Amino acid sequence: MEPGIFKFVLRYSKRAQILLLLATVVSLPFLYVSLDLPRIIINEAIGGRGFPKTVFGYEFEQIPYLLLLCVAFLALVFINGGFKYFLNVYRGVVGERMLRRLRYQLVERIMRFPLRHFRKHSQGELISMVTAETEPIGGFVGSAFALPAFQGGTLLTILVFMFVQEPILGIAAVALYPVQAYLIPKLQRRVNALNKRRVIQVRDISDRINEVVTGIPEVHAHDTSQLELSDFSERMGKIYDVRLDIYILKFLIKFLNNFIDKLTPFFFYSIGGYLVIKGSLSFGALVAVLAAYKDISAPWKELLKYYQTTEDVRIKYNLIAESFEPSGMLAERLQTEEPEKLPSLSGALIATNLDLREEEDGAGAYAGGASFRLDLPGRVAVLGTTGSGTERLATLLGAVDRPASGSITIGELRLNDLPESVTGRRIAYVGQEPRLRFGSLRDNLLYGLKHRPLRPAVYDGLAQKQRERALAEAAVCGNSTYDINADWIDYAAAGISGPQELTDKIVEVLTTVDLDQDVFEFGLRGTLDPAQEPEFARRILEARRQLRDRLKDPHIAPLVEPFDRNKWNENMTIAENLLFGTPCDESFNLEHLSENSYVRDVLRQTGLLQEFIIAGRQIAEIMVDLFSDVEPGSEVFERFSFIRADDLPAFQSMLARTEGLEAELLTEDDRNMLLSLPFKVIPARHRLGLADESFIERVLAARHALAKGLKAGAVEFFDAEKYNPTVSIQDNILFGRLAYGKARSEAQVGSLIHEVVQKLGLRRAIMEVGLEYPVGIAAARLSAAQRQKLAIARGVLKRPDLLVIDQATAALDRATQDKIMKNLFSEFEGRGLVWVLHRAELGSEFDYTVVLEGGKVAEQGRFAELDRPGSILKELVAAG
Amino acid sequence: MELLKEAEALRKVPMFAKLDSSKLKLLAFTSQLLSFDDGEVLFEEGDAADCTYVIMQSEVEILAQTDQGVVAYGTLGENKLLGELAVLCNAPRSATVRAKGALQVLRITDEMFLKLVTENPEVALEVMRQLSDKLTVTHRQVEALESELHRNERA
Repeated sequence: MEPGIFKFVLRYSKRAQILLLLATVVSLPFLYVSLDLPRIIINEAIGGRGFPKTVFGYEFEQIPYLLLLCVAFLALVFINGGFKYFLNVYRGVVGERMLRRLRYQLVERIMRFPLRHFRKHSQGELISMVTAETEPIGGFVGSAFALPAFQGGTLLTILVFMFVQEPILGIAAVALYPVQAYLIPKLQRRVNALNKRRVIQVRDISDRINEVVTGIPEVHAHDTSQLELSDFSERMGKIYDVRLDIYILKFLIKFLNNFIDKLTPFFFYSIGGYLVIKGSLSFGALVAVLAAYKDISAPWKELLKYYQTTEDVRIKYNLIAESFEPSGMLAERLQTEEPEKLPSLSGALIATNLDLREEEDGAGAYAGGASFRLDLPGRVAVLGTTGSGTERLATLLGAVDRPASGSITIGELRLNDLPESVTGRRIAYVGQEPRLRFGSLRDNLLYGLKHRPLRPAVYDGLAQKQRERALAEAAVCGNSTYDINADWIDYAAAGISGPQELTDKIVEVLTTVDLDQDVFEFGLRGTLDPAQEPEFARRILEARRQLRDRLKDPHIAPLVEPFDRNKWNENMTIAENLLFGTPCDESFNLEHLSENSYVRDVLRQTGLLQEFIIAGRQIAEIMVDLFSDVEPGSEVFERFSFIRADDLPAFQSMLARTEGLEAELLTEDDRNMLLSLPFKVIPARHRLGLADESFIERVLAARHALAKGLKAGAVEFFDAEKYNPTVSIQDNILFGRLAYGKARSEAQVGSLIHEVVQKLGLRRAIMEVGLEYPVGIAAARLSAAQRQKLAIARGVLKRPDLLVIDQATAALDRATQDKIMKNLFSEFEGRGLVWVLHRAELGSEFDYTVVLEGGKVAEQGRFAELDRPGSILKELVAAG
Repeated sequence: MELLKEAEALRKVPMFAKLDSSKLKLLAFTSQLLSFDDGEVLFEEGDAADCTYVIMQSEVEILAQTDQGVVAYGTLGENKLLGELAVLCNAPRSATVRAKGALQVLRITDEMFLKLVTENPEVALEVMRQLSDKLTVTHRQVEALESELHRNERA
């Protein structure tokens, strides 16, 4: 990074700064004239003699002359304003561009930090540096040269003007500048030191917030919230003190400036007044000088402010620059270089004197390092206890980090200086805690195939123009000009010819890592748009028909109650029975269906409204009877009651008040309260016995009436011949409800659905839907086992020459571990596989075994040879 | 009304006999009415105990794994409480239970059951009574076995 803020500004914005300066210089004469003009107007036009006057060969009487000068004055106001506007906007552009460049540079550097750097510096600190600390730098850059030039120029112009008018007054105006020039930097130095402290304290706080957020379960687990809060209180107190000191000093500086500022007019009134009375100075000149002095204080203040900002920004920049130059940073070329032909990594892997300690600074005790030779292709097991160096070795072999000392060569190639365009494509590394990204399963799988944009995105018309503009702007700021919207997927690396083969390849890899079933389940729970994929929807409907046929078997028929337009469904709420579909419109939300005015109209027309209110009263009575003794905070309320604990007393008093009253005589409020209750009842589950034959018949009649008068698109009705895009694929196949009270119905029906889907060959298409499953932040919506499987799949998909696995199956059960290992063995036949094992006995399955201890190779050879009494390997196997 | 019928059935369970009717109705309302086909297993020995059952219709067989294979060593019929000991002791199921005939049970979750026991002294007392009954029976059996053992030794 550039060593100082001015170097940075000059290096990347020299031309812009020159342009700003030029514009500033050009603007100054206009400013001077606009200052001089009022004097001419007063002295010559208003108070002058000897008309007519000649201007550019034309003669002017007094009044036209005055008007001419006034028009000139107005024109100058516009010109000066125009300059100011241009300069401000252009300053903003330059500042924002430089800010963008600086942030980009910082992020780019983070990508090249050595891994161990992240053990000492948290993301909180980095985030605070890249976002918050850079902010004032951007604002400063635009005015780095132009502001002192402009304000200094303005100041100078005014001073020159004053000296021309009356040298004594000019001296009076600047008499106190030396005092300021002496005092202010003195105070500013103290502000600088405080600022530096403040920046570091804020970083510490970001760091601590980050720590608390990532460790929030520990706070709950150990009741340490008060400890953490007290820590924050202490830190914020320190920041408060520093900030207060800064304020006090800053305002002291301001006070001094203001005081001196007001002192100068004292000289004007006394000296200037004396000169006017004596007749050696014109009245107009004194007025002009006084006006000019009023103008002088603004640029002077600006200059002082500029001085303070510069100091502040200088310190911030230096602090940032220091933090972004850690030792052991990856050379830039290792991330940018693109090989002409991608070499394959095979032949002997020779490691010499690798430093495998986790921390470098463990003074002296460590001599030499790990050296060994592995023959690739082949299967190598790495064994060792925690802290023996296995983790570091895996990151070095996986080229996730570069060796600080020692070297690794594979065949002819030295891993130390191979660009990531080779290592990241020919080697796959899967660590213990794989990092997954927010997005879909598919996004995560394809992450390992996206190295460079390969096929440009197609833009049309306006979008193309916007893209070109964005591209030009990125280039000006030194940012990446790769298009994020392009197709980055390297199909060839996955061994396929294009997008159409991708899903098959993915399914194959998912099967290798035993994730196919999970993805299939995600797919069943996913949705699809029949307008987009009519054929798929049609086949789901076929599955629905086949399931329906299977359910004709009297043994399993009672497990599902299918949807039927003309039949009551015991396993749906009464609201669902009425609507008989899923709402597409918030006004038909099943929770609040009783409030929908259209639904109410239908109920009224079909004569159901009274019955619903009567049923509502029955339910209310039952609820009051059942729940009045239950304490309000109990979860029983939450789970079972139709009436919330808070509302129960209101229902109780309402029931008492209206006892024996006919439903028609209830008030509107009472009716509304009662009406909502029956909608929530699921007859089969709640067993309240509310729905008798006639009630059912009328609800069915209401269902038909409701459907008839409904505007299109409000509700997606359950139609046996139509795919319902608002519910999952599984629900579309089921087209009904699982019956309550049938033990194990879910498992039985589930396996039935699987069978049908399998028979129809829908599995692949459903998996494709499952690939769109959003995994959540840090893949929190996946289980630990699914995350590990996904990470391995991502490594396998790019078909590397060497796969390095660091205990990445530890979260899986043993049977699955063995299955995945077996699959990977056959997948990587003829390629390299290095596996840090968490179960030492599995080493017997590998060609070669390396045992680490204390950061060195303790034993190496064939597993069978090393498995002898007294060997470390034997101990590791015995320890399990 | 079904709920009322279930509440009445619950009253026939000795442990719940003294509960007032709104509590019984609440218990029925918060329970799940489940049906099992003949021969279907309710739970297996060693399963975690997350509920108790009240048999509403038909009966269940209690099975034990012996050297001669699985044998049924007892049955429980209508209005009997099933599996409450495992819930009370927070222990795994001590035996496998399966339906005999078309079975209907009320499934009471462990939370609801424990709530019932802790909040109603009459139920708690009944639980203690039953436990001590079982203890007495077991104690007698042990004594009988011991004396038989002595007899065998002397013989």
